[in-house]
Amino acid sequence: MSIMDMTAVELAAAIKAGKTTAVEATEAMLARIEEKDKNYNCYVTVDKKGALAQAKEIQTKIEAGELTGPLAGVPVAIKDNMCTEGLLTTCSSKILHNFVPTYTAEAVLNLQRAGAVILGKTNMDEFAMGSTTETSAYGVTKNPWNTEHVPGGSSGGSAAAVAANECYYALGSDTGGSIRQPASYCGTVGMKPTYGTVSRYGLIAYGSSLDQIGPLTKDVTDCATVLEMIASHDEKDSTSVERQDTDFTSALIDDVQGMRIGIPSDYFGEGLDEEVKAAVLKVAEQLEQKGAVVENFDLSLVEYAIPTYYTIAAAEASSNLERFDGIKYGYRTQDYAGLHNMYKKSRSEGFGEEVKRRIMLGSFVLSSGYYDAYYLKALRVKALIKKAFDEAFSKYDVILGPVAPTTAPKLGSSLADPIKMYLGDIYTIAVNLAGLPGISLPCGADKNGLPIGLQLIGDCFQEKKLIQTAYTYEKVRGAFPAASKEVG
Amino acid sequence: MAKEYETVIGLEVHVELATKTKIFCGCSTAFGAQPNTQTCPVCTGMPGSLPVLNKQVLEYAIAVGLATNCDITRYAKFDRKNYFYPDNPQNYQISQLYLPICRNGGVEIETQEGGVKTVGIHEIHMEEDAGKLIHDEWEDCSLVDYNRSGVPLIEIVSEPDMRSAEEVIAYLEKLRLIIQYLGASDCKLQEGSMRADVNLSVREVGAKEFGTRTEMKNLNSFKAISRAIAGETERQIDLLESGEKVVQETRRWDDTKGESYAMRSKEDAQDYRYFPDPDLVPILVSDEMLADIKARQPEFRTEKMKRYKEEFDIPDYDIEIITGSKHMADLFEAATAICKQPKKVSNWLMVETLRLMKEKEVEVEDLRFSPENLAKLIALTDCKAINSSVAKEVFEVMFDENVDPEQYVEEKGLKTVNDEGTLRKTIEEVIAANPQSVDDYHNGKEKAIGFLVGQTMKAMKGKADPAMVNQMLKELL
Repeated sequence: MSIMDMTAVELAAAIKAGKTTAVEATEAMLARIEEKDKNYNCYVTVDKKGALAQAKEIQTKIEAGELTGPLAGVPVAIKDNMCTEGLLTTCSSKILHNFVPTYTAEAVLNLQRAGAVILGKTNMDEFAMGSTTETSAYGVTKNPWNTEHVPGGSSGGSAAAVAANECYYALGSDTGGSIRQPASYCGTVGMKPTYGTVSRYGLIAYGSSLDQIGPLTKDVTDCATVLEMIASHDEKDSTSVERQDTDFTSALIDDVQGMRIGIPSDYFGEGLDEEVKAAVLKVAEQLEQKGAVVENFDLSLVEYAIPTYYTIAAAEASSNLERFDGIKYGYRTQDYAGLHNMYKKSRSEGFGEEVKRRIMLGSFVLSSGYYDAYYLKALRVKALIKKAFDEAFSKYDVILGPVAPTTAPKLGSSLADPIKMYLGDIYTIAVNLAGLPGISLPCGADKNGLPIGLQLIGDCFQEKKLIQTAYTYEKVRGAFPAASKEVG
Repeated sequence: MAKEYETVIGLEVHVELATKTKIFCGCSTAFGAQPNTQTCPVCTGMPGSLPVLNKQVLEYAIAVGLATNCDITRYAKFDRKNYFYPDNPQNYQISQLYLPICRNGGVEIETQEGGVKTVGIHEIHMEEDAGKLIHDEWEDCSLVDYNRSGVPLIEIVSEPDMRSAEEVIAYLEKLRLIIQYLGASDCKLQEGSMRADVNLSVREVGAKEFGTRTEMKNLNSFKAISRAIAGETERQIDLLESGEKVVQETRRWDDTKGESYAMRSKEDAQDYRYFPDPDLVPILVSDEMLADIKARQPEFRTEKMKRYKEEFDIPDYDIEIITGSKHMADLFEAATAICKQPKKVSNWLMVETLRLMKEKEVEVEDLRFSPENLAKLIALTDCKAINSSVAKEVFEVMFDENVDPEQYVEEKGLKTVNDEGTLRKTIEEVIAANPQSVDDYHNGKEKAIGFLVGQTMKAMKGKADPAMVNQMLKELL
């Protein structure tokens, strides 16, 4: 097998066995990026020199027996909203066009300790606000399956890089579906862990109470392995949870006998593409044949998830993004008269349209006189949504549904109608509001050959049930073709 | 007949807590370091950084709340106060609005009439301090020092219960003493570790409704507070008398000019868009934690005064002065524990210490000599190694530089000469040189001996025991 076709875990094993080296794999990835990325624009920054230096160092350590983990020597791509010391970190925004962090995000540090080689930083929707990776200040990313389509977002660069074989795996972040939805559009596996499982320290915040870092990978085995590496209790993050059960790879079991799977009928109503619906329901049948107990149920509160999400996320974002003011780092306008004019011009020129729209929305819902009617009400609905999921999980181990109503839309067809774009998040955002884990994995393709994603949702801290179910389905489904082979 | 007015005052007091590290990160709070050397991604608002609450801050805030009879909020939260200013690196301050840590307290103060009244405390909340802006006039630019950014503060908000400058000062002194006794802060107004904003309104005596209030800032001493209260009361009464209205606004006091000017009115007050900080988990104050802090509450002034009366044979007046400052009381107790002579320790504090403090304009919190050195000095006088005038001289050096008196006396050769031969020889020389005084003495002028003692002390460069000189002179005469 060529090293290009290997999964992350397979590559690490090959390096360990001396069949290849971290340097060879890194060089292969860099060559691939050089050749292909002009077609897809997955990366904002490729750290060629740094990656090769890391690869050499890591290879030495592997040979010395100092690095023995299941991902040692494997090249990775990092979403550009995670701080990397000494390496440009832009959030795909003009306002951070020159921002080089002085420290590295905890999740990335965890990977580095495990022997990861960081290839570079991937493109995204500006400040993770978007569902298409079209709001980036550094150009759109294209879907490797069909470059006329979007890769999804906001972690579109990470998902596309995995699909295009421009890295072995990638980190993304998920505030309302930003890992699961691009994973679905790009035919990769993506997971949003339980809130608090992966440290947010060094993740440039969008919606702090919803943001979680997670893996984008070629298969479920890689997904569980990467999650096991990045999950940690971090004293620098007050919302980080101390867990004893992060041995996620122990759940890579081909068995769903007796697994109780709930199908929320609200996830299969109006607006869902027929091909997506058929593909997802077929998975339920296949799992039932493997011994799972499948049942339909109501989760009607989901319709309130979108207004709730856009109220809370925008409110938090409006405050989180205040620090980008042109004073300490990042973009500052050329001509200004006085402090307030500098703030206004720097921010007006530095932020893109979608970011400004959400800052305005968030500032409005937090304003005196509107706070109770919008923000507080949204928090109450959030609590009700959590309660509805609690009830569901008293009956089911796993909830099964689609990731998105359609497959990847065409480039340029989404941003003109933001409300429509927001509605596309309907199946993913409730998971963030309730703090739950969710996994997305490919379950077929539509008539145009674009991948369809399956979503499995679990109760808090029940990632293992998701991994087990996903792994079992993956065995039933068989190998899913890599995008790189489809489009070359 | 002119109307009679009443002044209504409430205070917002900011106190900088004496923690070693900042409220949300591990950076040092030490004062006076080079700009921006005590900073990290958290207190400079770098993207991706997150706050983590310093537990000591919470404990101090609860301790102050307990000592001021507040209810402790068992489920408290931090909120973000959003406003743009360069000294505030995140452009929001982490503070508490909706669920502050302490509420509904109060302290008793003595009124001028000799009675006691309670000043209510509306709430106490925790928050972070901002950085410091330095405007460079020459370069036409501004610089920011974030060393102070994230230094922990508590804000103590009183009810509008005070009616005069005297009551305000009494309330502030009471707060200051409680907080100093807790060790939660040194509460220095001049250095800004205690800052008070005065909310003031006037109304006709007997009126039910409060008048429109103003908030006065930039008050750096008790004197400035008194002057500002007098000035603002007069200004508001003048406005009302001339048929005008008081405008609700924030004003800044200029103590050198003795007047205030408006900073911003309520109309342009900002909307801070407060909301719970999602980066910080709610604070749960457990029964255990509360019991633990209660158990560790120190002995406060009233209890201490009572104990001193029982334990030490010193005047009530001394007790009043000594317990009036935590630092003084600590000095007293530590020195007494070493030398076991409360009366002598108290004397040194009441006489020489107070005298030098006044003369050199030193605040009690800034006293530098250690209790160990004071005890050593007392031991040196006890064994007559030095006489009292030398002791005073040594004490002054201790007061300035906290020198070790034993070492200092040794180095400077200040020890009393107890060698009889040397003393006898000196006295003989003094007698020989002053025949007139000798004659006067023999002729019954007892006072003449005083002059001869003085001459001997002078010849001995002060290093003799005056009693011994006196005795030997009489013998030789």
